[in-house]
Amino acid sequence: MTQTTLRDIETRQDGGPRPAGLGPLGWLRWGWRQLTSMRTALILLFLLAVAAAPGSYLPQRGVDPGKVTAYFQQHKELAPILDRLSLFDVYSAPWFAAIYLLLFISLAGCVIPRLGQHTRALRARPPAAPRNLGRLPYHATFTVTDAPADVLAAARATLRGYRADGTETTVAAEKGYARETGNLLFHFALLALLLAVGAGAAFGYRGNVLLNEGSGFANTVAAYDRYIPGSLVGAGDLQPFSAHLEDFAATYVTEGRTRGQASSFTAKLRYRESPESPERPYDLRVNHPLEVDGARLYLLGHGYAPVFKVTDGNGEVPWDGPVPFLPRDQITYTSEGVVKAPDAGPDQLAFLGYFFPTSGKTADGKLTSTFPAPDDPTVTLLSFKGDLGLDAGVPQSVYAIEAKGLTKIGKSTTLRPGETLELPDGAGSITFTGYREWASLQITSDPGRTWALVAAVLAIAGLLPALTVRRRRVWVRARAGDGGRTVVEVGGLTKADGDGFAPEFDEITEGLRARLRAAPPSVGDKE
Amino acid sequence: MTPSAYVAAAPAAQVNSGLAQLSDDLMIIAILVYAVALLAFTIELGYGRRRRTVAEAAEEAAPEFAGVAAAGRTTAAAGESATSAVAGAGAVTETGAAATGAPGASAASGRHGPADDAAGATHRAGAVGLAATVLGFLVHGGMVATRGLAVDRWPWGNMYEFVAAITLGAVGTFLVVAFRYRARYLGAFVLIPVLLALAINVRYLYVDAGPLVPALHSYWIAIHVTAAIIATGAFTVSGASTVMYLMADRAERKRAAGEAVKGVLGRLPGAALLDRLAHRTVVFGFPLWTFAVIAGAIWADEAWGRYWGWDPKEVWSFITWVVYAGYLHSRATAGWRGRKAAIVSLIGFACLLFNFFAVNILFSGLHSYGGV
Repeated sequence: MTQTTLRDIETRQDGGPRPAGLGPLGWLRWGWRQLTSMRTALILLFLLAVAAAPGSYLPQRGVDPGKVTAYFQQHKELAPILDRLSLFDVYSAPWFAAIYLLLFISLAGCVIPRLGQHTRALRARPPAAPRNLGRLPYHATFTVTDAPADVLAAARATLRGYRADGTETTVAAEKGYARETGNLLFHFALLALLLAVGAGAAFGYRGNVLLNEGSGFANTVAAYDRYIPGSLVGAGDLQPFSAHLEDFAATYVTEGRTRGQASSFTAKLRYRESPESPERPYDLRVNHPLEVDGARLYLLGHGYAPVFKVTDGNGEVPWDGPVPFLPRDQITYTSEGVVKAPDAGPDQLAFLGYFFPTSGKTADGKLTSTFPAPDDPTVTLLSFKGDLGLDAGVPQSVYAIEAKGLTKIGKSTTLRPGETLELPDGAGSITFTGYREWASLQITSDPGRTWALVAAVLAIAGLLPALTVRRRRVWVRARAGDGGRTVVEVGGLTKADGDGFAPEFDEITEGLRARLRAAPPSVGDKE
Repeated sequence: MTPSAYVAAAPAAQVNSGLAQLSDDLMIIAILVYAVALLAFTIELGYGRRRRTVAEAAEEAAPEFAGVAAAGRTTAAAGESATSAVAGAGAVTETGAAATGAPGASAASGRHGPADDAAGATHRAGAVGLAATVLGFLVHGGMVATRGLAVDRWPWGNMYEFVAAITLGAVGTFLVVAFRYRARYLGAFVLIPVLLALAINVRYLYVDAGPLVPALHSYWIAIHVTAAIIATGAFTVSGASTVMYLMADRAERKRAAGEAVKGVLGRLPGAALLDRLAHRTVVFGFPLWTFAVIAGAIWADEAWGRYWGWDPKEVWSFITWVVYAGYLHSRATAGWRGRKAAIVSLIGFACLLFNFFAVNILFSGLHSYGGV
């Protein structure tokens, strides 16, 4: 029993030297040993750290696709090259996957055999005492008047909490199995975490939807403004719930330096788990998502949707309803949007508008908003007629208009609720009838998230003993010495990296001596 | 319509300006007291005298057993306390020596002799430095507490408050180590970065006490941010210890090569001791950091609709975690122990700092609460 024996338990062996003249099986085995060696695992670990870094600097499609588009516009030459290297999708890139999969295979190749070893070690007896306890890193010798059998009984009593075994002349004791148990638990928990994250990504989905007050949605792919399904999710797998936004309310700071900042947001929802279930109310707030049938609804943002009634040149009403405007400024909630009336005749109509919740004037007399709450709602509209370009079937943003094919008519006009803008040349009119608020929701379904949490908690539970428990072995040998006295030898061994075992070892030795009411110790350090 | 839509918003809350002013004053006082402590520690480092090592002490007392006995005892005591090492050696000689024998950790690492475990040079000024650090710590703690009371919330909502809290965590960890392991020789190396950070904080990062944005209205701020702050404090002490280890290791190499080692280098404690301290503080910080990351993921799941989204802060927390995990593994890998592992640890600390400063200030992400 030497120090290296304990080290073997704690440490992985490095892959051996390159073999010469081995068959394919031999090479395979060599390769496997290389992959599962600690050095390879370490290199993979550092590679993973390096590979993760560019995703924090470059915009990522999975995080903010708009920023990726902007990057493409700014860096016309560089962006396609980076894209080919998957640098806008770092965390789903093949090379990133290759690193972590290799790392986890390496990890599995290491911890699975260790699980077997540890299970055997847990059932095994502590190893027999080495012949020469004096060679151990910790050792003590003293003599007592008690008989050897009594000494050994006392040693067992002193080593309470140790797993003890022995012969007629020795006691062998070991403690600290929790270190390896924790170590294995931690590493298996990491494997489980990877599986849970992977399963969640494959079987889950997420999507965004914008709801005006008074409108609702059913959880179908078609209802989403943006929908990102996992690779194994079909359209039929979505939970059949539905939700309806009754009212959205925000409160704002009215005084002081932080005037205009929001202090709370509440979206009053009514929802059904399925078309058959009863309708329930829920107040959706930031940090307080709604959980329905395994999916979660989050309040993401809010804004204003002014309500317009558009009358065309033929006297028909091609549009009458709310149009969501996007906030351009978070403090004043000045919002921007477009009203499109493709069904208008004889010309199609479009309006570019600004919404000011509390209208006011800037120093140079321009219209602006002075507060985010709708205290004095006002819109300004710029009108267009012509061809909206929607008939070509090319998808357009609902928040922008294609200027091509459209002619500006009239001047920018300011309206308050109830006021109507008559378009020149009998092209029609538009009435600003009022406003509603909208809330944007994110819906996520991640069936792996509970398992990921369980795995993470287990990882921490394993990490603590793996880092703090010391594995140690203590042997006590008692043999008859000169003059009817018994020579007691105590030897201790611990992982080389560990220190601070000395006080515990001293305590054991002193405890044993106190128990035996020992005579003054002999000087026998060298045998 | 990203979640950061809520970042700019803040609630109404009364700020107690008297307490806020007190907090600002306490910050300045803490800096001054720390400066005194740093001066004292520097005197100890520059003019301190190396205490007789335990081996030397034992040799005088009982020359015939000294070799083995003292070596074992040094292991026993040096990690814990220098004084008890001397007392311990006395006890050994008194009872006839050699209750415990042999080299333990230092010999196991092969290259180092027992003397590696020697504590550093000491000087009366060191005790003054430690006392001043305790005083500074209390004032600093008062500064953080009054800041929190002034705005009636946890005082970690912006960079200024983070830096104040992290440096408090670092000094706190140092004091624990200084008393528990008699490791006040770390003082100068901990206080230099702490004072630098505090000076930058007061000069460039200061913001008036104010309320938090709604996204931070969650009890998770107490859990997630506190764990991250304490872990960062522990990693800072570990970083200081690692730098000292690399210096002491160089000194020992020189000594082994027969060169004279002068100045501060010659007064440093043993490399093995510093290496163990650096390891211990990481062993304390790493599970806390793991916990902080997991708590952050739980919070993110509640606030942003996913537990992990590769936000820049998440990326760099992950990188920091991976590098420190690499450090812990490298200590158990042949060919990586010692200097290489120490450098990995310093890279981990660099990632931690980058995550804190660069990600808060340079990158836009969901963690843009820098408030600078």
